[in-house]
Amino acid sequence: MRDITKQFPGVLANDHVSLELYPGEVLALLGENGAGKSTLMNILVGLYRPDEGEIVVRGRKVEIHSPRDAAALGIGMVHQNFMLVETMTVAENIILGMSDLPFKPDMEAVNARIRELSARYNLEVDPTAYIWQLSVGEQQRVEILKLIYRGAEILILDEPTAVLTPQEAEELRRVIRLMTAEGKAAIFITHKMEEVMAFSQRVIVLARGRVVAEKRTAETSPQELAQLMVGREVLFRLEKRACQPGAVVLDVRDLTAENDKGLPALRGITLQIHAGEILGIAGVAGNGQRELAEAITGLRKVTGGTVHIGPHDVTNQPPLRAIQAGVSHIPEDRMGMGAVGNMAVADNLAMKGYRQSPLGAGGVLRHQRILEFARRMIETFRIATPSPQTRVKFLSGGNLQKTILAREITACGGLLVAVHPTRGLDVGATEAVRKLLLEQRDQGAAVLLISEDLEELLAISDRIAVMFEGQIMGIVPAEQATVEALGLMMAGVRS
Amino acid sequence: MIELLTSILAITLRAGTSLIYATVGEIYTERSGILNLGLEGMMLMGAVTAFAVAYHTGSLVLALVVALLVGAAMATIHAFLTVTMRANQVVSGLSLTLFGSGLASFLGQRLGPGGQQLMGLIGPKFTQLEIPVLSRIPVLGALFDQDILTYLVYALVPLAWFYLYKTRPGLNLRAVGENPQTADAMGINVTRVRYLYTICGGMLVSLGGAHLSLAYTPGWAENITGGRGWIVIALVIFAMWNPARAVLGAVLFGGINAVQFRLQAAGTTISAAFLNMLPYLATIVVLIVMTWWEALSRRIGAPAALGKGYMREEK
Amino acid sequence: MRIVFEKRQTISNTAVVLVPVVSFIISLFLGGLILLASGVNPFATYAAMARGAFGSWQAFTETLVKAIPLMLTGLGVSIAFRMQFWNIGAEGQLTLGGVAAAWVALFWSGFLPDWALLPVALLVGMAAGALLAGVPAALKAYLKVDETLTTLMLNYVAILFSQSLYYGAWRDPQGYGFPGTALFPTAAWLPRIAGRAHLGLIFALIAAALLWFILKYTRWGFELRIIGENKTASRYLGINIGRNIVLALLLSGALSGLAGACEVTGIARRLQQGLSIGYGYTAIIVAWMAQLNPWAVIFVALLMAALLVGGDQVQMMMGLPAAMSLVLQGLLLFPMLAGALFTEYRLRIVRPTPQLQEARQ
Repeated sequence: MRDITKQFPGVLANDHVSLELYPGEVLALLGENGAGKSTLMNILVGLYRPDEGEIVVRGRKVEIHSPRDAAALGIGMVHQNFMLVETMTVAENIILGMSDLPFKPDMEAVNARIRELSARYNLEVDPTAYIWQLSVGEQQRVEILKLIYRGAEILILDEPTAVLTPQEAEELRRVIRLMTAEGKAAIFITHKMEEVMAFSQRVIVLARGRVVAEKRTAETSPQELAQLMVGREVLFRLEKRACQPGAVVLDVRDLTAENDKGLPALRGITLQIHAGEILGIAGVAGNGQRELAEAITGLRKVTGGTVHIGPHDVTNQPPLRAIQAGVSHIPEDRMGMGAVGNMAVADNLAMKGYRQSPLGAGGVLRHQRILEFARRMIETFRIATPSPQTRVKFLSGGNLQKTILAREITACGGLLVAVHPTRGLDVGATEAVRKLLLEQRDQGAAVLLISEDLEELLAISDRIAVMFEGQIMGIVPAEQATVEALGLMMAGVRS
Repeated sequence: MIELLTSILAITLRAGTSLIYATVGEIYTERSGILNLGLEGMMLMGAVTAFAVAYHTGSLVLALVVALLVGAAMATIHAFLTVTMRANQVVSGLSLTLFGSGLASFLGQRLGPGGQQLMGLIGPKFTQLEIPVLSRIPVLGALFDQDILTYLVYALVPLAWFYLYKTRPGLNLRAVGENPQTADAMGINVTRVRYLYTICGGMLVSLGGAHLSLAYTPGWAENITGGRGWIVIALVIFAMWNPARAVLGAVLFGGINAVQFRLQAAGTTISAAFLNMLPYLATIVVLIVMTWWEALSRRIGAPAALGKGYMREEK
Repeated sequence: MRIVFEKRQTISNTAVVLVPVVSFIISLFLGGLILLASGVNPFATYAAMARGAFGSWQAFTETLVKAIPLMLTGLGVSIAFRMQFWNIGAEGQLTLGGVAAAWVALFWSGFLPDWALLPVALLVGMAAGALLAGVPAALKAYLKVDETLTTLMLNYVAILFSQSLYYGAWRDPQGYGFPGTALFPTAAWLPRIAGRAHLGLIFALIAAALLWFILKYTRWGFELRIIGENKTASRYLGINIGRNIVLALLLSGALSGLAGACEVTGIARRLQQGLSIGYGYTAIIVAWMAQLNPWAVIFVALLMAALLVGGDQVQMMMGLPAAMSLVLQGLLLFPMLAGALFTEYRLRIVRPTPQLQEARQ
């Protein structure tokens, strides 16, 4: 890829980026969120068109207008959000969109070929299973099989280990090795240094849309890479005061609940959080963390057990009760749940406090006060917005999160539930968020931090609990925790 | 008794035919992710244009062709607005109904001989074609004493089912309605699929309207559809977006129609008003039951992307 | 070179105002084409329509007569649409409101003092409309049943019910064969203020002011707006969605019911055929063109009424079918729907840049 440039409204995603890929190698594309890695790969795979630049495959200049063109050239991508149709079978998903299929496909033959390929590459999957029946790890295998079935020679993987346990990630590494041994090449998009070191032979670092470095993995280190990514020294550990836990704020006992598909998601969770402490919840996404947060904040019905916030029993009460009991919730889905995109920043900031004075007394809103409040929040939390009346959907990810934080922290009455709060944010915003969480804890709030970033959990939690398949595998004080021990628990081995 | 059952089955099939055409058509449209609420307007337009053409040219075939074209044209408007211009699908469909109903009335008052109205005129119609021997079977013989359009339905339903579930284009269609992002990434042209099936669906809907004016209640009258276009929307849900099941719902409502006629003819004490309300109340009940059932089993659901627009390069 | 749709950085305010205006002009143009095809001169027709709607005091009051129910039902529909609740049952809610008011007018004069008869009739009419809207609302809020069809089906039910009454049990024995009830007692007559235009006009203006105030200044209005914009977020914020949907729909139905009650006590003063000429459906067009803004609804309703009244005049003069104005009405929303895209997106033409052209050489 040479001199690729891509402009989106307000953002120069790729600025004359060039990269080369050789057969049989694994190239890591490292950069923070927003650095332009996904955009670049989306261009390669035909979902976006570059404004400038050209692509050369096996010596020939090509134009890739659509995923079909890319597939014809042997290029395929496994996206971070799987591109699978839930209500169809594995086999149907794998052959979907293939242009050389007969009018009536012979599913028997397809199934046989899938079984053959999955045996060859160690990607066990049942071709006749429906996608909604599969686990996340199995779904990823389907995605990879899709590429192989269609004869992909260049595989692009976007943050593939985000949804895997450390052990599953190791298996993935072996699968990739099998493929590169045959001459296939792979590009890994990631923002994690450990992944780069473990998987790749070469690494290209992107920052703010530009290539800042290209190195052989063996000749560099995580620290150097981090610095290249960010452009300055990165603190790996934050300053943290000693933990002084007070009374129990959150008391969860034997909590059981189902997920959206009716399967058990929480199978007897018991934990307590004290005022002034941060309890981190580690675990691969999909093991019940989301359901736990929802159960505590009143967004999900529980089938058994109790949730107490301070003296209040909020089990199975509507969200308003939890809010009144002092819970603040920073949700995983910021734009979908935590904010109303089409309404102003000022309005969004007022969405917790509008029920009481000074913002809304006697059923009537006081717009003047709301505006004042908004201005104060914007300044205190350094939210970058053209005006308090700007609609929140035009804010960047980091500023959106700051808006939500501003609202939730100001309204917090004792318990703060933060779910993946730094996901997708750049280093500056991430640091700011972590500092804010620590501040709250120092001021006596109890914080439940759910995160998939072990580094983050180790850095700011006081205790860490690991969830696996809806149960707590163990709770350890953060100082004594190690990545290996946590990894084992995340994979289901009790401590 | 046998007489009664046979005649009920016969009326049910005749009444259900237009419903089946429209239901299968809308199933295909919705399977691509587009909700088309303009059915009432489209069926009226299909009915009025088909009858007008049949009356003036004497050719039933030409009448059907025109109905298909009219349905395609109206569906194209909806497709353009919802797919290309990303307009709100509900409001677009409602506009199509209002426009279609208005235009159908307008044409009904102008397309008669010399610019007069079409109402009350008698024109060519599809008559019953009896199939020898088979039509003599007690009760089931009614299946073999119908008009051509109904016979075509016997072929349409299994073909529609086969196409949707067993062929490659059917697979692509289902993917588009469930997850357009994935379909797009897999190389399927989402826009083209949505246009194609919205237009084809519209053609079938219009054909359903044509059956009304050319066979069921031959001739043209204001409001000849009596809300059928709306009932079809419920029938699609009842069929769980499966063409084979479309027959069930159509038969159910055809049956209600038949029972209505019979009861009124027999002069029961049940108030005429209530009998007239029956199809509409039944639709509400069907909806409640289907919604409740879906909540229980969690798996029947509509195509996941139904009603939502899709555009690539959203960043 | 390609044409792409690009998302705008901010909402374009000029587009928000321009789009309805331009769409109106485009639909006039399209309507003009249909008129041409029917062998009539479009300009003459439109001019005649304008005269027919506004050309004289009498014409103007007749326009008001049609505008009032459109204003009330339009306001009702707009509140529902704001919540993304597709209430297409305004026609039925209006009809049932008329039936309920007729019920009071005809049968309650025994227990109510004269001065109370009219107010109670109007209130009961509102309640009936609210009820008819409340049932689908509750079904949606608590059983998740889709509202498009339930509200619509109830239209047919309400209309058939009304018919069965004035053809049957409530029929005026001295009606000379015309189906309809007896004339209401004068105590139940809604006063007219200009020509045949009645007090309902004042109610409509009050309702618009009320809605505007609720949406902009009250907590409830804030919650309604949030629910309409993002249901998931509203639940997360602790807002009781079910209750709010039902309340909003009760208000919506009450407004349509009031329209019906006013029509029946202000125009015909009896329950008969022709209570509504599809006001409930036209209200959808009105609400959407007004972009759900209460004051815009008033204005658009007036415009739509002008279309209808002008259309009636023209029909008689030029021998056009009565359905002409329906067709024109139906055309109104298409350009509007297409144009809505431009408030959020911008058209951009992507040309290959000079650098790329150089590289290609």
